[in-house]
Amino acid sequence: MDFSPNPLHDDIRDSVRTLCKGFPDEYWMEHDESKEFPWEFYNAVAEGGWLGLTIPEEYGGGGLGVTEAAIVEQEIAASGAGMGGCSAVHIGIFGFEPIIHHGSKDLKDRFLKRVVTGELHTSFAVTEPDAGTDTTNISTFAKKVDGGYLISGQKVWITKAQEAERMLILARTSPRDPNGKRTAGMTLFFAEMDRSKVSIRPIPKMGRNAVDTNELFIDGLFVADEDVVGEVGHGFRAILGGLNAERVISANAALGIGKAALRRGVRYANEREVFGRPIGKNQGIAFQLAEAQIRLDAAEAVVQKAAWMVDNGIPCGREANAAKYLCAEAGFFAADVALQVHGGFGYGKEFHVERYFREARLMRIAPISQEMVLNYFSEHVLGLPRSY
Amino acid sequence: MKIVVLMKQVPDTYGERRLDTQTGRVDRGSSEAIVDEISERALEVALRYKDSHKGTHVTVLTMGPASANAALRKGLSMGADAAIHVLDDALVGADMGQTAAVLAAALPRNEYDLVIAGNESTDGRGGAVPAMLAEHLNLPHLSFLDSVELSVGEVSGERVSEYGSLDVRAPLPAVVSITERAAEARFPNFKGIMTAKRKPLSVVSLAELGLGPAEALAGARSVVLCASARPARAAGTKIVDEGNAGEQLAEFLAANRLI
Ligand SMILES: Cc1cc2nc3c(=O)[nH]c(=O)nc-3n(C[C@H](O)[C@H](O)[C@H](O)COP(=O)(O)OP(=O)(O)OC[C@H]3O[C@@H](n4cnc5c(N)ncnc54)[C@H](O)[C@@H]3O)c2cc1C
Repeated sequence: MDFSPNPLHDDIRDSVRTLCKGFPDEYWMEHDESKEFPWEFYNAVAEGGWLGLTIPEEYGGGGLGVTEAAIVEQEIAASGAGMGGCSAVHIGIFGFEPIIHHGSKDLKDRFLKRVVTGELHTSFAVTEPDAGTDTTNISTFAKKVDGGYLISGQKVWITKAQEAERMLILARTSPRDPNGKRTAGMTLFFAEMDRSKVSIRPIPKMGRNAVDTNELFIDGLFVADEDVVGEVGHGFRAILGGLNAERVISANAALGIGKAALRRGVRYANEREVFGRPIGKNQGIAFQLAEAQIRLDAAEAVVQKAAWMVDNGIPCGREANAAKYLCAEAGFFAADVALQVHGGFGYGKEFHVERYFREARLMRIAPISQEMVLNYFSEHVLGLPRSY
Repeated sequence: MKIVVLMKQVPDTYGERRLDTQTGRVDRGSSEAIVDEISERALEVALRYKDSHKGTHVTVLTMGPASANAALRKGLSMGADAAIHVLDDALVGADMGQTAAVLAAALPRNEYDLVIAGNESTDGRGGAVPAMLAEHLNLPHLSFLDSVELSVGEVSGERVSEYGSLDVRAPLPAVVSITERAAEARFPNFKGIMTAKRKPLSVVSLAELGLGPAEALAGARSVVLCASARPARAAGTKIVDEGNAGEQLAEFLAANRLI
């Protein structure tokens, strides 16, 4: 095992940290309240060249791996930007895996360069109101027409649809066959977000309000044959390949929020004096903070291993899922502790821990719920019968 | 134009800085090491010239412990073309005089037109290394520049003093030091970090510079007699305005020789 420092990783961390210093907690609080997309931050990240991180060098990207993308998102979250910061740039940093690995050369030529410059905004549209976690039960349908497909249906919880020019959308091209493979018959498209065919309604939500998440009503949206990603009928495969990586990256975002919260918690415990001494002198306070740190450290060890496995092409469903679970729990625990340590001031907005708390809570639900991770473990790690 | 920028790694000013009271040296373990901001500004001055003048070559130079490698990498990521790290165990605890002597020996001879440094580092705050370096090199020195203009064969700039400002100039080659007003430093972007990996970073020892430890470190000119922690702050003086607060304030300032 080798845990010696990696100069490239240190430099990435240092540089992203410096960039984020220009966007303090107050910036994120304002955007969380006004629900305005953090354009200044997005543009700074794009200008810094970070959006092309995992895009192959031939398309102007950095050609790096999941480990590096994860470092960037953890640093963004840990700066206090939290999920507002990560979600604003996430798809640009790591949303194009299906096109990179399954897309045609034509798709890559047309779009990847514009991801690197930050011009191309996209959404990732899988979840549906009546399917939820049960992805293969989606009903959005793409009907074959001359030269392409017409998509109709409904999607929900689609992040960044307001800004998006295109979306990676999963739709059925043939109905679920009760006797066949549940995952067969779905196709992935890189569809235009044509506002005359897609109506987009923002969903009011608990937190991470700097970035919109929406309900989409799609009625006869045309997608050309050239914009199919991978093979028709095999869209699930095009998504599946990136799922472990996705878990590792979102786990890092969760860790980042936990670190931001803990940093504030520790500072406050040192500074706040009650009964004539800093509250951190009370073990009841100190131990909570210490435990939060231990949980973050443990989760980080697992997520580092998972990232390393993804980048080395080693199957890691177990590690990536465990990492997502542990980081989401550790991040939320840290946010909760930080809030508790701040007492009433934690419940107020001034110290930002309530915002971290609301955002850390999200990580136990999305991109995959903790329960579905436990389902994965029960079935695929422990060999228990599938329950659903 | 060939420019050399002096960079220094220092303990983070945002963290708590400690003095090792045994040795009188900065305790580098007690806070995170970062590139001194004033060094970054010095590099920025060089990089701005390079941005508008193709063919400019910028080298960053540091003398420091192994960890100072990170400072040079940052310099390369920001846009410098090459880096030199003088690394030698014999240099631990070197004073300003010794540092200047070693830096002078490390400067690629006759291969620079200008040396840019910060006016003083945020840790030692001696502020004499650039002048000493100029002395070693026998070159003109412009210190504490708020702005720097470069043209073929000449460097000029503005130096603000207590009573006004001076326009100063010197023929190249020269050594200049800048203040924090000179430039706001850029920060490295992703491309910069990736290209930095391919840029030359040479590590040289005293022997490779042709200096024996004895020569380099002969006659430390400054000796730390004693080091002690700063006393805790005493409570301030509170002036309650009963009509004569202004007067009292003026008296206080005068008594403390602040006006
Ligand atoms: C802020 C936000 C942004 C999002 N962004 C996107 C996006 O950009 N694109 C996108 O496609 N989706 C997005 N999502 C959707 C997200 O991935 C889903 O919310 C998530 O996968 C859960 O689906 P669901 O909400 O339909 O929950 P449901 O599937 O309805 O589940 C409800 C609850 O039941 C549990 N449950 C369901 N089935 C089982 C079972 N078999 N065993 C045990 N427990 C079970 C779940 O774990 C959950 O706790 C986003 C969600 C949020 C909140």
